[in-house]
Amino acid sequence: MADAPDQALDCKGMLCPMPVVKTNKTLKKMEVGQTLEMTATDPGAMPDMQAWARQTEHKLLLAEEIGDGTFRFLIEKTH
Amino acid sequence: MSDTKKLALISSRGTLDWAYPPFILASAAASMEWEVGIFFTFYGLPLLKRELGASVTPLANPAMPMKLPFGPKGLQNVDWPIPNIITSNLPGFESVATGLMKKTFEKKGVASIEQLREACVDMEVRLIACQMTMDVFGFAKEEFIPECEIGGAATFLEFAADANVSLFI
Repeated sequence: MADAPDQALDCKGMLCPMPVVKTNKTLKKMEVGQTLEMTATDPGAMPDMQAWARQTEHKLLLAEEIGDGTFRFLIEKTH
Repeated sequence: MSDTKKLALISSRGTLDWAYPPFILASAAASMEWEVGIFFTFYGLPLLKRELGASVTPLANPAMPMKLPFGPKGLQNVDWPIPNIITSNLPGFESVATGLMKKTFEKKGVASIEQLREACVDMEVRLIACQMTMDVFGFAKEEFIPECEIGGAATFLEFAADANVSLFI
């Protein structure tokens, strides 16, 4: 599923807990199987999003630093 | 999906620095699909008021960093030691400290207490107001946000009985 994400969420400039809070809120309004691309500048978002994915059992397809202190996550809604 | 995890919090303090932990933990847990409940008692109860007025003071708070959220970069990194004689005797110092903390958090991108509380309401976090504290300090239900419920220790304990994480703040 390497196509463009179904939705993009910009959480740059936001600190904990907003990245996970907004990700969950946005994902709730999406369909199962869709992907959400979330960008953040909070370094804590890296471990947090992984914990979030383990807890919610949604798929974290991608979690990477794309330079300039920005992190990019690709989440697939599994249920 | 595996069993829903549960978080039970008691919020007993009402200053700005103590208002953040319960709302941040609750919204983070709720965003992970946990079932969450916060019991507001004693000085935590005013955190349920429609108009939030939490303030903070560095007096008797020696661990609180006193840094300016504006000015040249070097100056912003200075942690100013303010003696108790100033924090306790200078009128309005508490407002200054509160204003500075809010400004710092806003600049750094931390959500306000109002926003965090709204996120909690949005995600159906149970907000329980302690009946006893309401009676003792003379608060009326109308002063609080409509989404809260009223209960006592037994209400909270029943909720916390099978919680995975229970914290006293």
